[in-house]
Amino acid sequence: MNVIVCVKQIPDPATPYRLEEGTNWLIRPEEQILDDTDRYGVEMGLQLVEPSGGTVTVVSMGPAGSGQGIRQALAMGADDAILIEDTSLRGSDALTTARVLAAAVGRREFGLVIAGTESTDGYSGVVPQMLAEILDVPALTYATKVEVDEGSVTIHRQTVAGYDVVTSSLPAVVSVTAGVVEPRYPTFKGIMDAKKKSIETLSMGDLGAERAPEQLVLSIVDAAERTAGRKIEDDGDAHEAIVALLAERKVI
Amino acid sequence: MPAVWVFVEQEGDGPTSLGLELLAKGRELGDATVVLLGPGSDEVFSILGDHGARAVLHLDGGDRLPSGPVAAALADRAGSDPPELILMGQAYNDRDIAGRLAARLGVGVLSNASDVRLTGGGVETDHEILGGTQIATASASQGPYIVLARPKSFVAEAVGGDAPTIEKLELPDIGAAEGRITETHVEEREGPQLGEASIVVSGGRGLGSADAYELVERLGKQLKGATGATRAIVDAGWVPYSKQVGQTGKTVKPEVYIACGISGAMQHLVGMKDAKTIIAINKDADAPIFSIADLGVVGDVHKVLPKLIEALESR
Repeated sequence: MNVIVCVKQIPDPATPYRLEEGTNWLIRPEEQILDDTDRYGVEMGLQLVEPSGGTVTVVSMGPAGSGQGIRQALAMGADDAILIEDTSLRGSDALTTARVLAAAVGRREFGLVIAGTESTDGYSGVVPQMLAEILDVPALTYATKVEVDEGSVTIHRQTVAGYDVVTSSLPAVVSVTAGVVEPRYPTFKGIMDAKKKSIETLSMGDLGAERAPEQLVLSIVDAAERTAGRKIEDDGDAHEAIVALLAERKVI
Repeated sequence: MPAVWVFVEQEGDGPTSLGLELLAKGRELGDATVVLLGPGSDEVFSILGDHGARAVLHLDGGDRLPSGPVAAALADRAGSDPPELILMGQAYNDRDIAGRLAARLGVGVLSNASDVRLTGGGVETDHEILGGTQIATASASQGPYIVLARPKSFVAEAVGGDAPTIEKLELPDIGAAEGRITETHVEEREGPQLGEASIVVSGGRGLGSADAYELVERLGKQLKGATGATRAIVDAGWVPYSKQVGQTGKTVKPEVYIACGISGAMQHLVGMKDAKTIIAINKDADAPIFSIADLGVVGDVHKVLPKLIEALESR
């Protein structure tokens, strides 16, 4: 079985995010990293193809930049990558993204498409479901465990109260939560091999996907700021100040 | 009055609190029809009526994974009788149905909204961005507008009212896109739900290890509150995803939020900054969490928490 993993390069969340004047689009530096969420998807894909000897292809939409984030996924062990880069895709919403990813995914044979539940920088949280609808396959979402067996996939799907066991036939889209598996760190050999792996770069013209109706950011204003209260250094008795405040708020 | 569909899920015998919050907003914006997902019961219909629902479209997924068939049924109905707005929550089934429905209708989804307005044919939604430091107002160019609102954005309100009219929508066959729920597991949980608790105690990377989360649990139990976590320690596998508070996790608005070993990343702050009182304990005096804390304790959680738990036990 072949697995396709949707991944995203994002600005390092440890750095402050800034928006472009005029468009209010997120400014994306040359050096972007693999969204942490996607390391789980890549790892899941690698583990699922191991028994059958299939391939893992990563698919990503967005400005390539240095390609560092894509190389991270390849260094973990993914076989190749498809990158869709087109200036006309700047500021795309979730539906345009899903249409583009679906068109790219449709170029390959696959049993499973894996994605994170939401990206760290955009977090619309609906791309995997849209992708599944366009591909006309099931969307098994918020997976905390994934098993594939002869033409079917079964997951533990996170719910408010616990989890459901959900099953469907293949092909399917699965979205995975953080912690579904322990992502491996790239080895030195993996990093060296990644430099030789193929990254196929496609444009909108290659895919023929149609943009979704436009969404616009009308304005951005500062939110009402919450101000800091008292700050104390723990001298061994700081817990007393906490107890006093809890009592004052009448919760104890 | 613009036609508004409000998505409400059934939980036990009643509607979810999120569903009732959405219904309050939907009624304010227009002529609200509840789209109810669940087995249905006299109790749930009567509560919906009491909260002002006049009409209910009822869909029962049974053991079918709801997203595919529910989206198909709603797309079919919206094709013949489109509402102006479809208001749903930033929650598991809501997101799944919204995504599939939007793809079917060829329209976008306005996600993570904290408010929504209809502007005579158009829509405007507010979104807290950059960790809640800024509010972006967005708009979509084509309806029906599908909006996912964050939980706790609106206040549920019982206004009194009779039982609504109920129309059952049949779920169509969706062929290969079908999924089945074969088992349902309820995780044992002591105390209140994270989203509903009046006291929330959360832990972050500053705890140092998964074992130290036990301190958070003991304090949570002592205060009869719920326990939460940052994305960092969920990613690290210390605690399950269901405990995550933040942009990609749950939104909480408790009376008191106690942040233990949490630095205050943007991702986390957006999920808890509206707590009435915030208490933070962190070693790093420059941690961003202190800029929103009513009481900040610069100290080691491993020293402060045991003393705090002991002091509360002896009260």
